[in-house]
Amino acid sequence: MALDKWIAVVFLVICVIYGYSAYTYPLLPFERNMTFLPNTMPMVLSVLGVSLALLILLAPSPKADALGDALGNINLKKWREYKVGQALGLIALMTLYALALRPVGFIAATTLFLVGAGWTLGERKLITLICVALIGALGIWYLVQEALGIFLRPLPWFLC
Amino acid sequence: MLDGILLGLDTAFSFKNLLLVVAGCLVGTLIGMLPGLGPMSIIAIMIPVAITLGDPSAALILLAGVYYGAIFGGSTSSILINAPGVAGTVATSFDGYPMARQGKAGKALTIAAISSFSGGTVGVILLMGFAPMLSSVALLFHSAEYFAMMVVGLSAIAAFAGTGKVIKALMMTVIGLILATVGESALFNAPRFTMGITDLQSGFSFITLAMALFALPEALYLVLDPQRVDADGSSEAIKDLRITRAEARTIAPVIARQSIQGFLIGVMPGAGATLASFLGYAVERNIAKGEEQEEFGKGSIKGLAAPETANNAACTGSFVPLLTLGIPGSGTTAILLGALIALNVSPGPRLMIDNPSVFWSVIISMYIGNIVLLILNLPLIPYIARLLTVPRNYLIPFILFFTMVGAYIGQNNATELLLLVGLGIGATILRFADYPLPPLLIGFILGGMMENNFARAVNLTDGIGFMYQRPMTLCLLIIGLLLIFVPAYRRRRARALQKGVALGD
Repeated sequence: MALDKWIAVVFLVICVIYGYSAYTYPLLPFERNMTFLPNTMPMVLSVLGVSLALLILLAPSPKADALGDALGNINLKKWREYKVGQALGLIALMTLYALALRPVGFIAATTLFLVGAGWTLGERKLITLICVALIGALGIWYLVQEALGIFLRPLPWFLC
Repeated sequence: MLDGILLGLDTAFSFKNLLLVVAGCLVGTLIGMLPGLGPMSIIAIMIPVAITLGDPSAALILLAGVYYGAIFGGSTSSILINAPGVAGTVATSFDGYPMARQGKAGKALTIAAISSFSGGTVGVILLMGFAPMLSSVALLFHSAEYFAMMVVGLSAIAAFAGTGKVIKALMMTVIGLILATVGESALFNAPRFTMGITDLQSGFSFITLAMALFALPEALYLVLDPQRVDADGSSEAIKDLRITRAEARTIAPVIARQSIQGFLIGVMPGAGATLASFLGYAVERNIAKGEEQEEFGKGSIKGLAAPETANNAACTGSFVPLLTLGIPGSGTTAILLGALIALNVSPGPRLMIDNPSVFWSVIISMYIGNIVLLILNLPLIPYIARLLTVPRNYLIPFILFFTMVGAYIGQNNATELLLLVGLGIGATILRFADYPLPPLLIGFILGGMMENNFARAVNLTDGIGFMYQRPMTLCLLIIGLLLIFVPAYRRRRARALQKGVALGD
């Protein structure tokens, strides 16, 4: 089964769960007499979603279109040639960054992220990488803090 | 109208706003030139900056400048390295890249800039005429008509999604609408569908969603497939930006035709710059005679001018439904709409009455933006083009970092980043499977408004009677249905014809 059909299955499951929770939505006592309820539109949407997902599942797969090829869309059949490892590494780094941003502070977390991401992509000139990352992190922190006036905690938790 | 123009001039010519136009155009061109980053990703990245400006006119001026700049930058990378970052500039590379190959890169860039300028300017003039007209009609709209109008908009976007993708686009729209129901809404008394997660109580953040849908998948694509951008030929010096008088005379009629055609296509929701540029190219190729027609695809200046004019005119045209009806016709205008709502401006027919300075200053700054692109960017292009040689190992980490900072400073909440990564992975997989993503975002943005209007209409008529009691609503809803079913029907008939099945009568 092609990937788009699997996704349709996922959507089908999501829509069924969504529809069920819309159907069993706990209405407040006074809401019961209203014409339009908080779960009116969700129920319509789940019915629509389920039918569309079924349509995608049952309809024959369309051929790839010319515009997509011209744009160089990724062809799933060639996935072995793609750098899946690098992509996964970057996703892992982003997750780590999300978790570390608050405790470690903006500057350290960002510098580490940029260096790590560059390293994952195959850059081996560590000194240049660190310099660029540090300048980038400090520059953006300054811009966000001073120009935009949004507070970003720059330093780790034990320093401030 | 004159009052409006004066008001717009007054606002747009303030020092700060002029600076913002210039900055927006420059940033847009710079980032738009990087292969793989389209206007949607760039605007999504710029939104936090725009929102913190606090002033809706200034924000919209900045974002419109970025939009224009990004389209211009996109055509530059199409011409120089045959790597269109945006679907709207694919047609530009048909003739632009061959020209660059023949050593006429400078000329190609000039033609692209002049065509973009003319297309954009004519588009703005038409927008000035169209928008107030449409807006006065839209004032007659009731909540029922609004609801129906949104249905039309959403189905149009699905209908123009491309062959074989209509059902997928509809599916994505529904998913977007479903995402919009998460969290608290103005109408009801309790949060819905948060699965008990406190962070979801205020719903999904629109910036996070926009970043996750557009910027992140693009960056991950660049990681997965380095060949996507490794086209050579960028290192050649760009010289001789001049065009001759004869060439100007050749492209003038093309520009005139395509400005108007492109604009009209842009006004239709869902069609947008891509369709406009391809149609413009096709039409001009068919009109051209003998030798000139042979030239198309091998470096014809007409073939370059046509899509460039059309896509810029269409970009301007897509502002018409956004500013007058509050209904975005494309992913980019959907992002702009989200930014406006975040700034407490609701675009729609009342915009011109409630916030005339927003409306008119945006229009005036579009003129300025066009001029900035022409006189500032064109001479700078040879230098800006060096950006194309920024190594990937530095480029990609920064793109990822910008998307994350954008999502983070919007909410100042680290959960948002986890959400961003999760949604981004989902969006990348969806793109693998050829599901169009803009309908999801448009559905998400329109979802809340659609439910509000639907609820109001239902409450007023005590049921769904409004759907057939009001002729305008009925007409709009029928149009919405036709938009979805007619293409499907015609395709089936075409297939039946191919198989040699008799049509009946």
